[in-house]
Parts: sequence; structure tokens; C-alpha cells
Amino acid sequence: MNALVPLPVLLPLCATGVSLAFGVRLARFQRFISVAVLTAVLALSVTLMIAADRQGPLSVHLGDFAPPLGITLVADRLSGLMLTVSSAVTLSVLVYSLGQGMADRDKETPVAVFHPAYLILVAGVSLTFVAGDLVNLYVGFEIMLVASFVLLTLGGTGPRIRAGSTYVIISLFSSMLFLTAIAMTYAATGTANFAQLAQRLPDLPLGVQTLVQAMLLTVFAIKAAVFPLAAWLPDSYPTAPAPVTAVFAGLLTKVGIYCMLRTETLLFPGNRLGDLLMAVALASMIVGILGAVAQTDLKRLFSFTLISHIGYMVFGIGLATREAYGGAIFYVAHHITVQTSLFLVAGLIERRGGTNELTRLGGMARSAPLLALLFFVPAMNFAGIPPFSGFIGKLGLMRAGVSDGGVWAWILVAGATVTSLLTLYVMAKIWNLAFWRTEPPGQAAYGTVLETADDSDDDEGPGPDRIPGTGDEGVGPAPAGRTVAATLQGQAVTTTVRPPRAMTAATAGAVVLGLAFTVLAGPLTAFTDRSAAELISRRPYVEEVLGP
Amino acid sequence: MTMSVSLLATAVVLCAVGGILMLTRPLTRILLGAVIAGNGINLLVLSSTGSAGAAPLLYGVPLRRVTDPLPQAIALTAIVITLATTAFLLAMAYRSYQLTGTDEVHDDLEDRRIFLRAEVLGERAELREEYRAEPGRTRKERARYRQERHRLRARLRADRALQARGRDAGGDLWHDVLGADPEDYVNDTHDDRGAAG
Repeated sequence: MNALVPLPVLLPLCATGVSLAFGVRLARFQRFISVAVLTAVLALSVTLMIAADRQGPLSVHLGDFAPPLGITLVADRLSGLMLTVSSAVTLSVLVYSLGQGMADRDKETPVAVFHPAYLILVAGVSLTFVAGDLVNLYVGFEIMLVASFVLLTLGGTGPRIRAGSTYVIISLFSSMLFLTAIAMTYAATGTANFAQLAQRLPDLPLGVQTLVQAMLLTVFAIKAAVFPLAAWLPDSYPTAPAPVTAVFAGLLTKVGIYCMLRTETLLFPGNRLGDLLMAVALASMIVGILGAVAQTDLKRLFSFTLISHIGYMVFGIGLATREAYGGAIFYVAHHITVQTSLFLVAGLIERRGGTNELTRLGGMARSAPLLALLFFVPAMNFAGIPPFSGFIGKLGLMRAGVSDGGVWAWILVAGATVTSLLTLYVMAKIWNLAFWRTEPPGQAAYGTVLETADDSDDDEGPGPDRIPGTGDEGVGPAPAGRTVAATLQGQAVTTTVRPPRAMTAATAGAVVLGLAFTVLAGPLTAFTDRSAAELISRRPYVEEVLGP
Repeated sequence: MTMSVSLLATAVVLCAVGGILMLTRPLTRILLGAVIAGNGINLLVLSSTGSAGAAPLLYGVPLRRVTDPLPQAIALTAIVITLATTAFLLAMAYRSYQLTGTDEVHDDLEDRRIFLRAEVLGERAELREEYRAEPGRTRKERARYRQERHRLRARLRADRALQARGRDAGGDLWHDVLGADPEDYVNDTHDDRGAAG
């Protein structure tokens, strides 16, 4: 069973090679490889999660070097859960992007670079989840980042380059900081292995420990977009293609949260910086959601809510009790899924209405009832309306805060409540503007069919025989039902009113996954609780890596 | 653990130079800054070995005196990663140059919006103060005052409309929002649907 641990990293990497070698000629083969590999990774992740739950953490020493020397990969309950959720989400986003045809038909993408970059991204994310030492964590981050650079600037259009440069520079800076932190840690302890660090760090002087902890937390906070370090996010995410934004928003920030959870529990128990973490959590929640209130662009708005809800997870980490860690882990799983589905819905809205600008949308509840439903369910889930998992996650965190009983904990509980209400307000605003009201005057052209185009070939996803110019040029798709007057080929094309079925199906899949957390809330909270207990006790992890 | 001061001093200087370069606007300078600072940090990683020993080979050197090879491995990894990122940044700087004629990093949209708002509000306050300073006013002056305020409001609205249009799928965000002067659009009201909202 231990031999399975490296596979979620290795499979996508090998598939990338195959995809690059054959993909340019055989687009269909490339698509097949991506879907097959991600499905396999999902199956593997579920297996790993169950195995880690049954028999404790699994570890593998690559090349059979003993722990301080070689590379160690570890999968415990937390890693297993993160792997499972992330691979489920990446698979659904891949299907969505196949439906959108962004992967290979888009004029903005000169080479079929989407699939290889996407697979590398998956490999990088998986590596960070199973990395057993700081250096591998760093490498995992870098793999993920370089792939994300490519995906974010896909096609190299103006807005993407503009937004991408901010992102690249910030990422470069945080990587440098991370490397410095690794150098410090290594100079102080002589090891980079998590299990050994867990044993050696307590012997260091308190100042050194705090310095290392603060450095690492800063790096992860940049990745996770915690408030004072989050300014880059709302500017850089929204310009990317919808599936890319969805997977970034869902996964990459949560990788930062995962690293915080791992280092705070394993390396720096005792929660010395708890108050600081809670303060930034509060600031993230409030500032993020106020930013969202001010926005009228759907994707930017969702980016701000993303920052705001990162605050909830940091709150859990700052409390540092078993209950709080359990709540935070549950919230991470919930948030990955829901945030991704919201961004996927934003892509569908853009495709349907031709814009993401709320002031120019309207009447979609009538013209696109299925889309309205697909938005409504994750939106309510996100705002934390009772039957949904968002409510359960928030409830868990607030209960942990109340039972902690400190001043900061109470302030945070109040802040979390306010944020939750404001989230509901924001979601209601989107609902009212985009779905419920009648179309604003002069907007009736959006979403109506001028000329019934052949719907049927849209349903099969992208095919090589499709007419170029059916809606994927330019910054985004043309509004449904609008005639695109002059394309490069000089053809006039009317876009179909219905988004490709694969896109809708993938979005529905993500929404259903979010609902599954509600149905399976009992087993899942039990699992996250066990996982939190394992994180706090630290012994299973250390013993698995170093031997009893 | 003993540490070479010269190595540390070099690292500090490189990081400082790189840091300053990274704070500038053009992407090429940022790139240079990233390379220099990256080298500085690699030196920092190397200096975490402590005092240097023999080369870390398996045969021919006394095993107790070799340098710790792990920081060297870390530094090598970092060098490779920096190479890849440098290549990417170069491509991006070139692409930016192709598209806009400069390779400067542009303002955040929010920043621009807040800046414009602050500017308009400041101008309005100034105008009001000037108006209220003298009590007696002819009708003509009142009309001029109202016209000025109208102009300011129109400017804000035009910019908002611009941004809204920039978000339309067909609109080119780059030229509409960032490249062109909002003054150009003040009279362009026939397509100003975003302004109403």
C-alpha cells in the first residue's frame, strides 16, 4: 500500500510527457490521456485516504535512503482528504474545459499547451500534499507555480499578460522567501525533514523558533491570500479562462492553507502566534467581503469572497484546538468544492450572457432556469444556509471558538457571523441582478436566439470540424444568440443559446460534490475529527517516518 | 557552527540590489532583480552548511571532513527553477512589449478606480469651497458651477462605463480601460448602458 503514495505525483508527470510527445497531432488522444490519468489519480487518492484512515500514515522513502538523507513522501488522513478533494475538483474542471473547447480549439492557444500544463499543475499540487520535507514542499510549490504561470497567461492576450505579471512577480518573491526560510531552518537544525524537524525544533532558542515560524507563515499566507498579503489575487485571477480561474481559486490558495495546517501542527505546536493568526483571519474576512460588496464584476466579486472565506480556515488554525482543526479541515474540503463550482457557474453565465458585469445581466432565472439552479445551490451553500455543508463547517468553527472562550475567539465568532451575513447579501445581490430582475433596457438582445443554430454538434464537445469563430475568440465567448459579424474567415456565425452539455454537466458534478458533503457530513466530520487528533498528537506521523 | 562572513555579506548585498530592482516598474528590471536576489539567496542556502570541508565524494576523501551536500542540492534545484522562471519572465516581458510598446507592470484596476474617485472628489470639494467662499452669485456663475459638477460626475460615470464595457466578452480590456484616455469617451453616450446601473 505504501508504494501507492508517489503515484498521484508520478502519473500526471508521466502523462505530461506522453501528452507533449503525441498531443499536438492527436488531440483526441491527448484529451483521453488527461481524463484517464485524472480519473486514476482520483481512484488512487480515495484508496490512500481510506488506507491512511485504517492503518495510520503511509510513507515511502524514495531510493530507500533513510529519512534524514532521502526524499520522504507521507500520506496521512489530512493529505488523503486533500488529495481526494483536489483530484475530484481537477477532474470536473478538466471535463468542463473540454466542453468549452478551450483546451485545443481556441484561437488564443497556439499550441495545445493546456493539457500538459494542467497535468503538471495537478502533479505539483499532489506533491505538496504528500511532501515529507521542506525542500520537497518547495519543489512542489514551484512545479505548481510554473504550470500556473502558463495557464494564467494562456494565449498571451493583453489583459492576461497584465494580470499575469503581478502574479508571477508575487510568486517569485514568495518563492525566494520560502528558500530563505528553508536555509534558516537548515542552518538552525541541520535537517529539512518534517519528522526530524518536529523533534529538533523544540530545542532551539525561542526567538529562532518564532523567526522560522513567522517566515514560513508569511510564505504560506502569500499563497493562501490572507488579508495583508492578498492584494494580488483579485487582480490576477479573473482574467484567466473560466476553468483555470476555477481550479486556481479552488485549489492553489488551499495549498497554502494545507501547508499552514501541516507546519503549525507538526513543527510548531503550542500555538505561539495564535493571536496574530486570528487577527489576520478577522481582517481577511471583513476586508474580503467588503471588497466583494463593492464589486459588480462576477469573477472579481468571487475572488474577493475567496479572500474573505480564507479567513475562516485561518481562524481554525489560529484557535489550534482539536475541534478547531477539525472544523478548519472540513471547511477546506467544503470551500475547495464550492468555490470551484461558483467560478464554473461564472464561466457559464459569461457564456450565456456575454459578460460578467452584473449591471448588464438580467432575467436569467427565466431564460436559463438550469443555470439559475446551478448558481443558487452553491451560493446558498457558500453563504452557510442550514442544510448545506457551508453551515456545518461554519458551525464547527464557531463552536470551537465558543468553547475556547478567549477574547479573540469571541471577536472572531462575531466577525465570522457578520461575514456570513454579508456573504448572503452578496449572493442575494448577484441573484437579484443576474437572475431575478427583468433584463435592463437595451439588454434584451442578450440570451435570445436570433437564428436557431445547430445545437446538436455543440453537445459532442469540441471537434476538429467545427466552424472557427463560434464564440471562443476574443477575450471570452460572444453572447449567446448574438451574431458575430466578421470573424477572421469573414463568416457570420450565430452562437447557440445553450452552453455545451459537458460544461453544464461538469458544473453540476462539482455542485453535487458540494452537496455530497452535506449528505455525508456525519462520516466526514468524524473523519476530520480523527484527522485533527492525528495532527495534534504528532506521534503517528513522526513514528511512521523515523520508525518507532 | 562557523560561517563565512564574506559569503554572508555578498548574499546580503545581492539580495538588497535585487530587492531594489524588483521594486521598479519595467519587467526587464524586475527580471534582473529576481536573478540577482535569487543568487543571493542561493548563497544564503550554501552558507547554511557552515565552514567548508572537502568535496562530498564517496571515495578518496575522509568521510568526516566533507561539506554537507544537502544545501548544495537545494541550491542546484533553486538554480534550475530560477532558470525556468527567468525564461518565462523574459517571454512575458517581450510579449508585453509586443502588445503595448512597453514592458511596464500596469496599475491594478481597483487602484485606478480609487485613484480616479479620489481625484474627482478632491476637485469637487475644491470647487464647492470656491463657490461658497463668496456669497453673491449671478445666475451665470451658478450655471457654470453646476456645469462643472456635471462634468466631474460624467467623468466618473464614463470611467465606470468603460470598465463595465471592458468586462464584456467582446471588449478589449487592455485598450478600453488601460490604454485610452477616459476623456475620449465622455461624449460617447450611445453605448453607455453600464452607466445607468
